[in-house]
Amino acid sequence: MTDQQVKFYQTGTLTAGNRLLDSELRTVQATIDRSNSLDSGHRACQGCGEALGARYAIDAAMRATNNQLIAANATGCLEVFTTPYPESAWRIPWIHSLFGNASAVATGIAAALKVKGENNVRVIAQGGDGGTTDIGFGCLSGMFERNDDVLYICYDNQGYMNTGVQRSSATPGGARTATTMPIGPEPGADFDKGKSVPLIAMAHNIPYVATASVDRLHDLEAKVQKAMSIRGARYLQIFVPCPLGWGFNPASTIQIARMAVESGLFPVFEAEHGEITASTKIRRKVQVEEYLKLQRRFAHVLKNPDQLQKVQNIADSNIRKFGLMSSAGGEE
Amino acid sequence: MAEAVGLCRPEVICAYPITPQTHIVEDLGVLVKGGQLTDCEFINVESEFAALSVAIGSSAAGARTYTATASQGLLFMAEAVYNASGLGLPIVMTVGNRAIGSPINIWNDQSDSMSMRDAGWIQLFAETNQQAIDVHIQAFKIAEALSMPVMVCVDGFILTHAYEQMDVPDQEQVDHFLPPFEPRQVLDPADPISIGAMVGPEAFTEVRYIAHHKQMQALKVIPQIAEQFKGIFGRDSGGLISTYRADDADTLIVTLGSVIGTISDVIDEMRDKGQKIGAVTIRSFRPFPLDEIYEALKNTRRVVVFEKCLAVGLGGIVASNVRMAHRGLTSPVYAVIGGLGGRPITRASLRELFEKAMIDDLEETTFLDLKQDVVDHEMDREEKFTRPGAIAENVLRQIGVVDVAKTT
Repeated sequence: MTDQQVKFYQTGTLTAGNRLLDSELRTVQATIDRSNSLDSGHRACQGCGEALGARYAIDAAMRATNNQLIAANATGCLEVFTTPYPESAWRIPWIHSLFGNASAVATGIAAALKVKGENNVRVIAQGGDGGTTDIGFGCLSGMFERNDDVLYICYDNQGYMNTGVQRSSATPGGARTATTMPIGPEPGADFDKGKSVPLIAMAHNIPYVATASVDRLHDLEAKVQKAMSIRGARYLQIFVPCPLGWGFNPASTIQIARMAVESGLFPVFEAEHGEITASTKIRRKVQVEEYLKLQRRFAHVLKNPDQLQKVQNIADSNIRKFGLMSSAGGEE
Repeated sequence: MAEAVGLCRPEVICAYPITPQTHIVEDLGVLVKGGQLTDCEFINVESEFAALSVAIGSSAAGARTYTATASQGLLFMAEAVYNASGLGLPIVMTVGNRAIGSPINIWNDQSDSMSMRDAGWIQLFAETNQQAIDVHIQAFKIAEALSMPVMVCVDGFILTHAYEQMDVPDQEQVDHFLPPFEPRQVLDPADPISIGAMVGPEAFTEVRYIAHHKQMQALKVIPQIAEQFKGIFGRDSGGLISTYRADDADTLIVTLGSVIGTISDVIDEMRDKGQKIGAVTIRSFRPFPLDEIYEALKNTRRVVVFEKCLAVGLGGIVASNVRMAHRGLTSPVYAVIGGLGGRPITRASLRELFEKAMIDDLEETTFLDLKQDVVDHEMDREEKFTRPGAIAENVLRQIGVVDVAKTT
């Protein structure tokens, strides 16, 4: 597939079906020969954004590599729900070692493949935001600076969901988690804390950094495909809403992901060698309040004008920083 | 040692500096970059945790893999140490034995390897520089025969920084002894497998039992491989234990590592005076050769375990293990802790210790060359000032390493 823009003359929807597209423009997910690398029968929760994101990303990576793919997985939800012994939902060679070392394990696999001359086999590492932005950060940065031939995919659900919803350095300000309860004068997670690993990845000057969201499949698959066309260290952070941890209806995963992007709270962009090359423009701007009110983790923020303003400020800042509004100002 | 590792044709080497192993990986880096060691990826990683994690990945993908560490580095990678053995990956790792802080100390003792004694790795201790070379070559073969990682433990500085004439085997001999690595399963897109699944209470005990059972098998494999090595290279430098003038000894010193050199000198002197003393050196600490040690100790009148490590709150680590081998025997077993943090182990001190042992004038646990006055002084002080705080700096002041006038 390509990321060619196609104009549909439909109204009222943002999800034109694949069947309206020429077959070569359809998503990998829409094809009968998709690899189903993360197979059915796993034990993810209903509406799990991470399961969706992983299936999209790995199937696209399989297509891009002609099924020559090995994955190293950090400890976390994705690992636990896919490999309850003696079952495995993976149809690709897959290894889980520890919480904080998926990128280093992937480096080792890539080194072994290189020394054996198996240059057509490619390596990905994957983990949640805890395993990426916190405990696995040292190994990740090492993998980046050595420019090891690994695509690292972070499934960002903004907290430690596997251990029962605790704060990570990817948890947004105001969010309720088990370690940032909505009590006291500053309820929820602190504002002005946390980090953007995509920006930090860019500071390593690696060949490719991108963010994607499970609500826009074409974009996500195109980014995986592009990442697999490049050698060296690459980083993809995928926004994957968590119904259980965030407190929303499992049927709303895609809607919530879309609203995060359309509000500016999760900027979708691409960068090459440290420079932003593209960002996804907001088509119909969503006020952050609309996004927040679908999630119980932000219930207290809606009653707190000061906190609500802080969330809006983050969205506005992202819109400016990443150029998320088209020159026409979007379709309000 | 680097040359010996190079002869084993490692395919991936992960390097991170920590004294006193650093020059081993430095030299391997030179071999790879200089083109003498081909088909090998040399990776400069950002921590010991990454070093062993990269090794886990490369070994799982079917590459013969080597790394080296010491002390704090071994502790920093502790989680991966258990993981590598749990995954059954035949990684070989040198540990240049060094004390663990705090207080930070770069000198030799064996606390680091001992902290990982239950991590599921085979642990082989070298007595001499020649053995350090030979054991590395055997280590790859043992690891790959058993699908289990091997830690080659060499005393920091004593064995890592010595100049001595060595017999380094030639490549043809090593290739004959050690065929290419052919793992049972690898990460391969043609035959996808999942490695590292979660295992619950229904099978975890069995998995751990098998780990133990395989170490018991190693008790047979290690001597077999030592025999093969002897057949090709003509040297006896592996196996489970070695003995020195032990046959008719009333007093047996049990130890491990390079200190056997000094101990055997003292034994020679005492033998010259007609004293019946000998030694048993443990070469394989994991698996622990209970039967061989029992056989070696069963006829002696007393056992002195000399070790460079300490189980704080218990006493000797090696002694606790030896007492397990010694079960059913009535002779006393004395633990002696010496050489901690690189304190020199002198012949004079050992002679005095062994003389005392021979008249059974030893406590159950003895600290060799302990400066009792320093300890007493600090303990008095501790009693007077009951608030918590560090003690190492006080001890340094008292023994005059730091200028007393400036600090009291």
